Amino acid sequence: MSSTMKTADVVTNTQGPEVSTLSLTMFRFASWLKSPRPYLMMIGFAIVLGFWYLAVEVWKLPRFEDMPGLTEVFSEWFSKDPYYGLSIFTPEYYLHIGISLRRIAYAFLLATCLGVPLGLFLGWSKNFREFIFPLFEVLRPIPILAWVPLAIIMFAGSESPVIFLTFLASFFATTLNTMLGVESIDESYSRAASCLGASRWQVFRHVVIPGAMPYIFTGLQISIGVAWFSLVAGEMVSGQYGLGYLINTAYMMIEYPKIIIGMITLGIIGFATSAMVRMLGDYLMQWRVRELALGD
Amino acid sequence: MSAVMDEKPVQQVTKGAIKIDDVVKIYDPDGAAVMAVDHCSIDIPAGEICMIVGPSGCGKTTLLNAIAGFHGITSGSIHLDGELLCGPGKPQAVPGSDRIVVFQNGALFPWKTNLENIAFGPMMAGKMSKAEIYDKARGMMADAGLSGTENNYPGEVSSGLRRRVEIVRALMNDPKVLLFDEPYRALDSLTKSVMHEALLEIYYRNKVTIFFITHDLEEAIFLGHRLIIMSSRPCKPKKIVEVDIPHPRDYSALTSTRFREIMQEAKGVVNEEAQKAFDAGEKEG
Amino acid sequence: MKRSKFIDNLFSRATLRGITAIVIFVLIWEFGARSEELTGWRMPFLGLVPAPSAVAASWAGLLGDPSYWQSWYMSFLRVFGGFTAAMLLGIPLGLFMAINKTFHGLYFPTFEIMRPIPPLAWVPASIIFWPTQELSIAFVTFLGAFYTIVLNVLGGAKSINKQYLQAAQSMGASQWDIFRRIVLPATLPSIVVGSAVGMGITWEVVVAAEMISGGGASGGAGGGLGFFIWSSYVGGSYEQIVVGMISIGIAGYFSSELLRQLGGFFTPWLKTR
Repeated sequence: MSSTMKTADVVTNTQGPEVSTLSLTMFRFASWLKSPRPYLMMIGFAIVLGFWYLAVEVWKLPRFEDMPGLTEVFSEWFSKDPYYGLSIFTPEYYLHIGISLRRIAYAFLLATCLGVPLGLFLGWSKNFREFIFPLFEVLRPIPILAWVPLAIIMFAGSESPVIFLTFLASFFATTLNTMLGVESIDESYSRAASCLGASRWQVFRHVVIPGAMPYIFTGLQISIGVAWFSLVAGEMVSGQYGLGYLINTAYMMIEYPKIIIGMITLGIIGFATSAMVRMLGDYLMQWRVRELALGD
Repeated sequence: MSAVMDEKPVQQVTKGAIKIDDVVKIYDPDGAAVMAVDHCSIDIPAGEICMIVGPSGCGKTTLLNAIAGFHGITSGSIHLDGELLCGPGKPQAVPGSDRIVVFQNGALFPWKTNLENIAFGPMMAGKMSKAEIYDKARGMMADAGLSGTENNYPGEVSSGLRRRVEIVRALMNDPKVLLFDEPYRALDSLTKSVMHEALLEIYYRNKVTIFFITHDLEEAIFLGHRLIIMSSRPCKPKKIVEVDIPHPRDYSALTSTRFREIMQEAKGVVNEEAQKAFDAGEKEG
Repeated sequence: MKRSKFIDNLFSRATLRGITAIVIFVLIWEFGARSEELTGWRMPFLGLVPAPSAVAASWAGLLGDPSYWQSWYMSFLRVFGGFTAAMLLGIPLGLFMAINKTFHGLYFPTFEIMRPIPPLAWVPASIIFWPTQELSIAFVTFLGAFYTIVLNVLGGAKSINKQYLQAAQSMGASQWDIFRRIVLPATLPSIVVGSAVGMGITWEVVVAAEMISGGGASGGAGGGLGFFIWSSYVGGSYEQIVVGMISIGIAGYFSSELLRQLGGFFTPWLKTR
């Protein structure tokens, strides 16, 4: 019958595998430029920055006049000879960034390597979950920051307590989301796999792990966010060097522009690291990227 | 369609006879025993397309799940080609590639390409090399008119195409029985009729026994050799309707007089059961 | 019947298993903490923390101490203040961004750029800006919950099924009716989720802010539970650190649970799922 012809129709209607992520990104960027959004965004930035400048340095409003001003911060940040000794030309600036990044890397990798397998097993084995999950739930409501003194007591030196705190925050987020990911998998997938002759282990490898992947990466996104959150807190309370430490000491030494430089740097690097996690997720889940690309 | 005529007649299929004997299934969630299947006996000869028709939530899927091995039965027995699947001393069948389910909402793995999905069963069995498996898979996709979609992910193709890929994935394993759990429920009626003809074409080429659950009477009469109309919960056969329209069929069967006569015969019983299920407030699903 | 089900749950296999695991954990902790006096060998990490029995004894002593309860009260007050402010500002802002495209285009990018800066990085700047330390703690607390609430409200309001709006329009609803009777209730579940998450962050931030700022201007008992932990550490009474941790855990759990119950009360239609 004509069914082969009909199929051909269907095939041409769907997009071939040649649609690359890059061309899609280019297309989106072009249509973004045509919309009013980028111009509104610029106006939005201008209003906020303008208010900062005027309120602090021109109008000298009460309370605002104590704050470091826009020009003060930026001339310091980009100065070759910074008044307070910290700019993009001083090695000290990169030392703080590097040390914070190293702590984040250790903690995040450790949390991922432990949290993902633990979450997968918690979701996969009901027995395991019934034993371990309540313990997990009892420890979880304790805010990460409340662990600070205990971490200092338990771990020697100033470096490992900070890494431990950062790890702990990431670990809870990663484990919990991975477990939820496994639970979210439609039962018919594992049933289909066992129908097709897959063993229990093969179901785990071919269904549970890829099926939980979207949740795992949502978890990793949250995890990297809370890692920065606790790292900054940890560095402010204890530890040496790092951006949190920079902000705190700048306050104590009354070098106020350095506080703002530290905050903006944290924002940029925090954003960059979570973008990296997102890109890794897109790379590993091509099937999802393509599905969503057809969606809009 | 003319090529189909040369194929062997249905009677020559020797594998895949299902014997459902006095099966009872009682769910016991909160201490309140709910009877889903009530002393149900059905004999399906090898190679038959057996349509199980009944209102939503009547317990048809329970029966299918028992054959597939997703859950056990309370009493009775189910045999496949004389071999006990489940029954006395063996409450639950072991899922295996001789009985493959095509699911209601589709269960193609979204994270594998169509080709990888189709190759999945033999890859798990590990009896053939990867190259052989992929060759066979490409061949079967070409036969089913799926060439050109090998490297697409299921999420990228139309839902009708996905269903076809899923059937090919099942057939890759040379199953004795295909178990369909309302696979076309979510499709619009035009796509549905295309899918019906495609399914028959696949069936004529690879004779298997088909156990097909539906609540769409037109679909049931068009596809089936036999309709088994089930009562609303608890589920048991209420009326058996032989569809004596000769195979191979195409859409012209839908407008034949015989089709209408069979429809008339079946419709009364089905409607009565649907009304009962509606009054009982059964939730769909 | 409901009651027997509750008792069944209480003694179910899952509950017993969970309790077993927790008891084993506490026993290992007790042994680890006392390992040096018992065997002469000190278990790594656990050998340095106070034993659960010592913690319990110290806690029992604190229960009658009004300054301990004063810490609870101060922390709750701060959480409540910051959280309420975040709700009052965050919900309208999120809704307004969802409704008005121009406003969304104007401020959402700025919002997204500020968001990666961890709330605690604001502590020094906040102390400089606000006249009192209490206000600066309140501001940082507010910030912690604010982002989450705005994002959830915005996401919830944007994902409303358009057919609801069209149905309301075809029945002759005014703009205000649509907002009040469709947009607001449809966004409520997201508001509940956002505020539950926001509540968790609020506790994190309050504890941290109390530790960093040294317990606010009043110090001592007015410092809240975060300062209670910190001063116990500085004073060398390690049992009290753990008491403080558990207290904060309980306080945080109950505030989230309260929110969830409240959320369930406001969104009764979700229970049918």
